[in-house]
Amino acid sequence: MVKEIERTGIPVVHMCTVVPISLTVGANRIVPTVAIPHPLGNPALNKADEKDLRRKLVERALRALETPVEEQTVFDK
Amino acid sequence: MSDKKIRVVHYINQFYAGIGGEEKADVPPSEQEGVVGPGLALKTALGNEAEVVATVICGDSYFNENLEEASKTVVEMIKKHNPDVVVAGPAFNAGRYGVACGAVAKAVLDQLGIPVVSGMFPENPGVDMYRKYAYIVETGNSAASMRQAIPQIAKLVIKLGKGEPMGTAAEEGYMERGVRKNIFVEKRGSMRAVEMLVAKLNDQPFITEYPMPSFDRVQPGKAIADVSKAKIALVTSGGIVPKGNPDRIESSSASKFGKYDIAGVSDLTADTYETAHGGYDPTYANTDADRVLPVDVLREMEAEGKIGELHRYYYATVGNGTSVANAAKFAKEIAAQLVADGVDAVILTST
Repeated sequence: MVKEIERTGIPVVHMCTVVPISLTVGANRIVPTVAIPHPLGNPALNKADEKDLRRKLVERALRALETPVEEQTVFDK
Repeated sequence: MSDKKIRVVHYINQFYAGIGGEEKADVPPSEQEGVVGPGLALKTALGNEAEVVATVICGDSYFNENLEEASKTVVEMIKKHNPDVVVAGPAFNAGRYGVACGAVAKAVLDQLGIPVVSGMFPENPGVDMYRKYAYIVETGNSAASMRQAIPQIAKLVIKLGKGEPMGTAAEEGYMERGVRKNIFVEKRGSMRAVEMLVAKLNDQPFITEYPMPSFDRVQPGKAIADVSKAKIALVTSGGIVPKGNPDRIESSSASKFGKYDIAGVSDLTADTYETAHGGYDPTYANTDADRVLPVDVLREMEAEGKIGELHRYYYATVGNGTSVANAAKFAKEIAAQLVADGVDAVILTST
């Protein structure tokens, strides 16, 4: 899905937990996430901390979209 | 070798071990003597020549979320039983299970030098990632093809266990490993090439000796100059749908995608949204779907002017056993609509 959308020229950032699959599939901007059943959350945290975690991941995704890339890039920081 | 049985260790996931479904996918590695689950059919197919001495079990989510540590533990468990051959799966079209089987194969081959046989549906991501490290028998996309897969796996196990020479992928019934082997043939290369060309010109069948790899890579989209002016759309394969799943998107092998209006929605709650995905434990997403589709924080950032706009619609399907052909078809339709709506960038979330 990432590829078909990016083929149009729209940049896509893939947020997922199993990064090797994303690399195999051909995503170009990848942000690793927390866990398979809750990529953008962590039920062990309280509501506020969990939202904060989610916000940081989304901010990282937006930064990935602002970053020019030539090849597959994992934004793990 | 003739008086000694081939020793086999079998790797399976929590589901086939009978521990549980997605709610148990986070169980760490464990081991048992003898056969468990599909190991029974394997044992029957192996007959007197080989014996399944132990079974190593790991939850699919646990394995994929802890790749390095899980492979290490699994390899240690396998090593203790001193096998001649390791069998992983079969995993059919279960993506995380296929990746786990492949990673186990790679670790076992690299660290122990023991051959591994597995079974997967050709579209399982484990095939492309790990085909070099295992003899992967082609299976159907579900456990319904177990009966065909097991004898094929057993045949390769016995062959490898006896140290017999392995034929080509086509001869032996495993998927191509991308390994080149030097062999002696009667006819020289130029002659074989001309014969192939003649066959091709006559529309006769021929088999290439060196298939060209096909890479379908897409150029990265151009970076967004300023996200605070950009229209961002959300797309997910994690199956987030309005409560009640109005489009009835299937929990696996989805045949459609949904397009949902989130104008005015600032938070996905347990009363309003849920997941239709049948391939992961839905508890967390059903409690708070923002954990898969981050509408709440994007709405906040929109209000703060950090992003230009959150696109009015989000798109969702279920990426659980869904064929690559279908996923590509959905995404083409989605992409055309995103372009028409002037979307600048996409955040795609997967579970």
